[in-house]
Amino acid sequence: MASIWQYANPRKFIETTDRILPWVAGSSLMALVVGLVWGFFFTPDDYRQGSTVKIIYLHVPSALMAINGWIMMLVASLIWIVRRHHVSALAARAAAPVGATMTVIALVTGAIWGQPMWGTWWAWDPRLTSFLILFLFYLGYMALWAAIENDDTAADLTSVLCLVGSVFAVLSRYAVNFWNQGLHQGASLSLDKEENVADVFYHPLLLCIAGFVLLFVALVFLRTQTEIRARRMRALLARERLG
Amino acid sequence: MMPELGKYAEAVLSSYAVSIMLIVVLVIASVTRARRVKRELESVEKRGRENAEV
Repeated sequence: MASIWQYANPRKFIETTDRILPWVAGSSLMALVVGLVWGFFFTPDDYRQGSTVKIIYLHVPSALMAINGWIMMLVASLIWIVRRHHVSALAARAAAPVGATMTVIALVTGAIWGQPMWGTWWAWDPRLTSFLILFLFYLGYMALWAAIENDDTAADLTSVLCLVGSVFAVLSRYAVNFWNQGLHQGASLSLDKEENVADVFYHPLLLCIAGFVLLFVALVFLRTQTEIRARRMRALLARERLG
Repeated sequence: MMPELGKYAEAVLSSYAVSIMLIVVLVIASVTRARRVKRELESVEKRGRENAEV
């Protein structure tokens, strides 16, 4: 059986992801279109939240990917720190703008949803605050990559930042359980069926989550390929300059 | 076809508009940069091969 570490070879990574990418992107598009159309057009209003419940199909999947995007960056950063595989550091770099966009979507849809339900766009609630801090970590992470010329040094420093930021990624997920206060309710999805949203909302929501996960994977594959090529180009140009 | 969104129509529609716009911008930016970098790398590699032959 082939080792997973073979994908640490940039050429192998590009070859493999080139083959998979159209399928992942196509599946993502299909899941998103079906999930969002189902959720928007064919689900009833909630008895308490009215039609605002339709925001769940964007808010929950994007929040999930904002947190899990950072966790993926953490795993890739740890692989870089331990095994020094460039592809893993570049994958973490590639995932950051995707995760940051997911965080913005979660924050914006949360604020828009919060206004009619809570009577305010924003509150310094544990989950909202930890999410905002997670977004600032995303910005800091991307800025650090951009600010450092040497790729290996940038990978080292951003990996450390990623480790620190992971505290807030975990807090964003569990803040409601830790503090048990604030406006935000607990998880909408759980292994405990009793805690889940009603089935009528649950199934399109699962499809939207699948769509967001596949979109994240597709974009990370594409952007990692780009980072690998950009790194090779920088190396070739540096060699050219040396004559 | 359009569902009755009632008094929350603005909130629901603006959530969808902002989210879809952000996703589309992210996808377009990623694809555009991927194509540009691939093209530039091919040009640098070609130049390198030509210089090696000289």
